Amino acid sequence: MAIFLDKNSKVIVQGITGREGAFHTQRMLAYGTKIVGGVTPGKGGTTIESGQPVFDTVKDAVDATGATHSIIFVPPFAGADALWEAHDAGIQLAVCITEGIPAHDMLRVVATTPGMRIVGGNCPGLISPGKSLVGIMPGHVFKEGNVGMISRSGTLTYEIVDGLTRAGLGQSTCVGIGGDPIIGTTFVDCLRAFAGDPETHAIVVSGEIGGSDEEDAAAFIKDHLPDKPVVAFIGGRSAPKGKRLGHAGAIISGNTGTPESKVKAFTEGGVPVADRPSQIPALLAERMKPIPV
Amino acid sequence: MKLMEYQGKDLFRRVGIPTPNGVYATSAAEVRDYIAAHPGSWVLKSQVMMGGRGKAGGIKFADDAATGETLARELIGKVLKSIQNPEGEEVRSLLVEEKVAIASEAYVSITIDRATKKPVVIVTSQGGMDVEEVAEAHPEAISKYWIDPAAGYSPFIGRQLAFAAKLPVGYRKAFPGLLGALYTLFMDYGANLVEINPLVLTKDGRVIASDAKVDLDDNGLYKHPDVADWNKKQPADADQAAAVAIGLGMSNYARFDDEPGAAPKNVGTIANGAGLGMGTMDAVKNAGGGAANFLDIGGGAQAELVKKSYELVTSDPRVTAMFINIFGGITRGDQVAKGIVEALAGGDVRKVPLVIRLTGTNADEGRKILADAGFVPVETMDEGAAKVVALANGAN
Repeated sequence: MAIFLDKNSKVIVQGITGREGAFHTQRMLAYGTKIVGGVTPGKGGTTIESGQPVFDTVKDAVDATGATHSIIFVPPFAGADALWEAHDAGIQLAVCITEGIPAHDMLRVVATTPGMRIVGGNCPGLISPGKSLVGIMPGHVFKEGNVGMISRSGTLTYEIVDGLTRAGLGQSTCVGIGGDPIIGTTFVDCLRAFAGDPETHAIVVSGEIGGSDEEDAAAFIKDHLPDKPVVAFIGGRSAPKGKRLGHAGAIISGNTGTPESKVKAFTEGGVPVADRPSQIPALLAERMKPIPV
Repeated sequence: MKLMEYQGKDLFRRVGIPTPNGVYATSAAEVRDYIAAHPGSWVLKSQVMMGGRGKAGGIKFADDAATGETLARELIGKVLKSIQNPEGEEVRSLLVEEKVAIASEAYVSITIDRATKKPVVIVTSQGGMDVEEVAEAHPEAISKYWIDPAAGYSPFIGRQLAFAAKLPVGYRKAFPGLLGALYTLFMDYGANLVEINPLVLTKDGRVIASDAKVDLDDNGLYKHPDVADWNKKQPADADQAAAVAIGLGMSNYARFDDEPGAAPKNVGTIANGAGLGMGTMDAVKNAGGGAANFLDIGGGAQAELVKKSYELVTSDPRVTAMFINIFGGITRGDQVAKGIVEALAGGDVRKVPLVIRLTGTNADEGRKILADAGFVPVETMDEGAAKVVALANGAN
């Protein structure tokens, strides 16, 4: 099992003929993802080189293919519109790769798309190794297994997962939730899903400075996840206040978003915080129960 | 984009929030002429981005044109310094405003609450004070309301807040409409923050925004090109300008100031991705050193960008060694390696001891390019951090 997607999830690509959309469609297909088609307004009725049909609207694509998942590659000004279109067409889960959708657009999207899970924006997507990849991650780093992983950053995900894989700790699902200030799916949403997934035996939470999502995650773990070991990492612990570091959401402003508060929240909830990514596999391994053979 | 007071008030007037009468001026002559034409008591407010301008001597009072001219001459060109801004900021313009007789001061702001994903309104009758201080000393004096963006604003919210915050009676009639206008500004212009402190009740019964603090989401600026143009007039952060100049995003490069008691910030860092970039500077600190900067080359960087990034980081004279940490996903190792070799081949760049870690997509090809040029990459981020800190501090 995995969370949010499995090997039968039918996926469409919004923006399938654009530069990024076309490139990543091929990478996802190569990984084994069931891409059943895509959307580019005006190119309905055509197919891409690998044979998948292109539709004018998400509704046409869903009607024709029965897709439940969508991955979105559109410019920031079109991000909210793409998410609303996906919701209107009945998509259950939309992964939004687009970085820099205005925060106010996302506020309104989140408030008006009940029933649809949004992952991102500004995220690398999600992967259930060996099953499906709906995102832009390099699939070869990942390995099928029982560790759930949630991260605000793409490259830091690769860094941590690479260490896990080398240590023999495969992953059930890795969710890149995104680095923008307002995102659809939070750490807590993912933790809740992992809590109900029998194949996820342990979880890595990779956070960073800015916001209070990590503090919320720590509180949730304390109250609802007594049985699965969790290890955390916080990026940007040496960052000074007031500097925005790459991600729009990664900024310490006033007394909020400090690494001290995040580390404290996790530590008090019994979740060890690794000082460096390379410590994560060992911290996790010593907390995981041996799996009966 | 943070706006100056006069720009924030421009937006206030567009949505119908009352502001004091006055004029924006860039010369002493304009101030003199305005006061001569409008006799009365006036406040000269320095237009700067920094906080604490009053304590720094940036606010003066004038009752006649001659005094106004003299004070304006003193203020324009003056460098104001405060605790928050020890380097100071030069005053280039003034806002001349009527000096109002204040009956009461309140505070109102709207920000985005990331946790609930809703705009949150904060109101307190303790205007003129730092709201964080009020929150600490008198938490009961602060009233909040989270607005559902799907439903939007309705005047009951303003009434509820006015009563909960015990705003003096004089505010009550005007406040719900004023807050509605502020919410309109907040949503339409995509603000991260709108704050009126103080929101003044005058002795003659008017409710007016005496100050304006507005911070707009850069990602939404395209919706208002005229406001986006203001950006060009602002004293831009030098690091942000440098990042944009080489084709990076505004927040992809940041330098860090030296801190007393900490290791010197002499290690240049370059990584792909914000998370790995932050991880890299943390790794340098863990190894006992200090990162001089954060630089994220983003995803899919080509050789040219890597080269320019190298030049940007080494243009900081404090940098005595460099750590390039790449975990290729979209970014290809061969492109990064090519950029590094090209940067150093020019001969006109400042060469510093260089530590490279290169893994992920096309790492083998990249490592070959580096090996041919005489570089031996390290295997892990920790190893690289330890090595670069030793090199930065003079080891060979």
